[in-house]
Amino acid sequence: MVVKNVVCPVCGGSCEDIQVELKDNSITVKNACKMGNGKFQEVVSEHRIKDPMIKKDGKFVKVSWEEALDKAAEILANSRRPLLFMGSETSCEAQEVGLHMGEYLGGVVDSNATICHGPTCMGIQEAGLPTSTCGVAINRSDLNIYWGTNPLASMPRHMSKYGLFPRGYWTKRGRFDRKVITVDPRKTDTAVASDLHIQLQPNSDYELLNALLTILNGKTPHHSVEQVTGIAISVMEEMVDMMLEAKFGSINVGLGAGSSFGKHRNIEMALNLVKELNNNHGTKFRIGALRGHCNVAGFNQIATYLYGYPFALDFARGYARYNPGETSCVDLLREKDVDAALVLGADLVGHTPADSAKYLCQIPMVCIDIAPGPTPSGADVLLPGVIDAFECDGTFYRLDNVPVYFEPFTDSPFDFTKSNEDTMKQLFAKVKELKEKA
Amino acid sequence: MAEVKLTPNKEIDLKVEADVITPDEFAGKGKSEIEQLLVWQGPSQYPLSDFFDVEGEGGSSAEDTTIVINGDVSRVKLIGAKMTAGKIIVKGSTGMHVGSQMAGGEIVVEGDADSWPGMEMTGGVLHIKGNAGDHVGSAYRGSWHGMKGGRLIIDGNARSQIGGGMTGGEIIIGGSIENFCGIRQTGGLIVVKGNAIRAVGAEMSGGTIVIGGNIQKFTPGMQNEGEESDLEFEDIKCSGTFKKFRGDFAIAKNPKGIVYAGKETNPDL
Repeated sequence: MVVKNVVCPVCGGSCEDIQVELKDNSITVKNACKMGNGKFQEVVSEHRIKDPMIKKDGKFVKVSWEEALDKAAEILANSRRPLLFMGSETSCEAQEVGLHMGEYLGGVVDSNATICHGPTCMGIQEAGLPTSTCGVAINRSDLNIYWGTNPLASMPRHMSKYGLFPRGYWTKRGRFDRKVITVDPRKTDTAVASDLHIQLQPNSDYELLNALLTILNGKTPHHSVEQVTGIAISVMEEMVDMMLEAKFGSINVGLGAGSSFGKHRNIEMALNLVKELNNNHGTKFRIGALRGHCNVAGFNQIATYLYGYPFALDFARGYARYNPGETSCVDLLREKDVDAALVLGADLVGHTPADSAKYLCQIPMVCIDIAPGPTPSGADVLLPGVIDAFECDGTFYRLDNVPVYFEPFTDSPFDFTKSNEDTMKQLFAKVKELKEKA
Repeated sequence: MAEVKLTPNKEIDLKVEADVITPDEFAGKGKSEIEQLLVWQGPSQYPLSDFFDVEGEGGSSAEDTTIVINGDVSRVKLIGAKMTAGKIIVKGSTGMHVGSQMAGGEIVVEGDADSWPGMEMTGGVLHIKGNAGDHVGSAYRGSWHGMKGGRLIIDGNARSQIGGGMTGGEIIIGGSIENFCGIRQTGGLIVVKGNAIRAVGAEMSGGTIVIGGNIQKFTPGMQNEGEESDLEFEDIKCSGTFKKFRGDFAIAKNPKGIVYAGKETNPDL
């Protein structure tokens, strides 16, 4: 049977128009990009983690669900300062249980933003977020700026679904009603498809943004900016003119802006640029981040509305405290300031610096995942994950922070858990039991 | 003056938050009372004596109390946080947030300090004889106001975001610094004797920064205003000739921030 309107759980694009046909242990997928298709194939993959496992003498041994769950709860309940990493490859509902468990244990709860668009969240705290949903951009934007991102590789359907080609109410001719500027040190496919490519020196985003704002304020930037950024001031002025001529501009920032040197300061300056354009120059702009991981925006949303901060929440004193660099997962691991970890739906070992990854593998670690990889290999207890949007329902937040409810097209392959939310709830109950006994 | 000596008595694994190590807390307390003061390690609280051997007792008031920490406390955070008077001498390195939000008194760190020393301090003197990490005298995340008063002296190097959101007081750095020194500064003085990498005085709209050494990547929103020699800011003197800039024009139409950059060390500016 063909199932329509399936939500894709790969990148922040949350495409909701996927068609799948699942039969005879094979799956046919329509409308998904290459990355999306790859994930859909996981449903029938031979690599799928199907059994709960515990590491004994350095080797994984298959055990019963109860035994694995008991061992996992023991690790968390005995920890003096656990790190709960609620990855983005799962629903907000599962992440929420993790946040409550972190509060209960006095641990630290973090998510993929900490190694991804965390600096963007921090920049927003510094300057505020003048934004809109992608729908507004579809209907209005006649100028698209891709800053430090190559969506043709990282979010392949962004241009066709949200950015460049869609025909909107005031953009009836789609691409022909839009101009594109790409700011990227590399000549990417996106840059080639643009009207203006600003090929700046790596790690000079802050200087370029600062210079653009200086031009908007009627001054000529200091001459050294040409050498620092590799861009002539006349080209910057041309870019400013294009922005001022636009009726509605949409700036899409990627990790090239948020995670090159300057980090949250780059984003803060980009937000200041948007505010200045909106306030004093007769044009309107929005800005949005291209969130790479599926539900990475979701954790930021629910952590903010539940506890006040978007990521790196430290519950040691019973209430949430927040200070990236001190309470964020990479730094806690590097400083050996946690003594156990729970990793749900993320390859943390593969995505943290070597020192942090090494320490993570040394401390007791519980991992909930669907397929083998560096993090499951380093775990002490491995619980099979359920694939959200395929096998259970729940909520993702799209890249523009719009919640997307998803329904499954098949069932959980396990009789012991219905979803990652279910696994987390069972685990939390066991942890509470152990803690109250003690 | 009464002196309390704290000697670390074990290797600390998980970091300790000891915001009770201030003359304000120690004043009027005897040895056993000081030993029973609670510090945080993760979500648990333990008496100070679990981590330090205590000798001596507090004076009658905070002004009258000196605390000497005899050893390395680089895994202890928040030493001297919110102190208002008295003195702390650390004969080693400290962890994060030393002298955070301090309002008076004096802290001397003979080794290095981790990030956030003197965060949002309003008074007193914080002297670090070694190097310091990031966010020296700066504002907390998302806050607009950093250091408001007092003096912060670092003999070695410091890293990024020094004096972020600073509105008053002085920061004097003997060595070199990295990025975003004086970001969003609206008042006060930062003097750096060594070099800077990037974005000095970015987004500043008031206050003064002096960089004696070379600035690798200059802030584009700065406008040249000629040269000045032998600068004097009350008791702080900077000899030599400096190029003078006003900014940051990226953030304001009429900013009053001033950056002085050494003339000989910055031939390109």
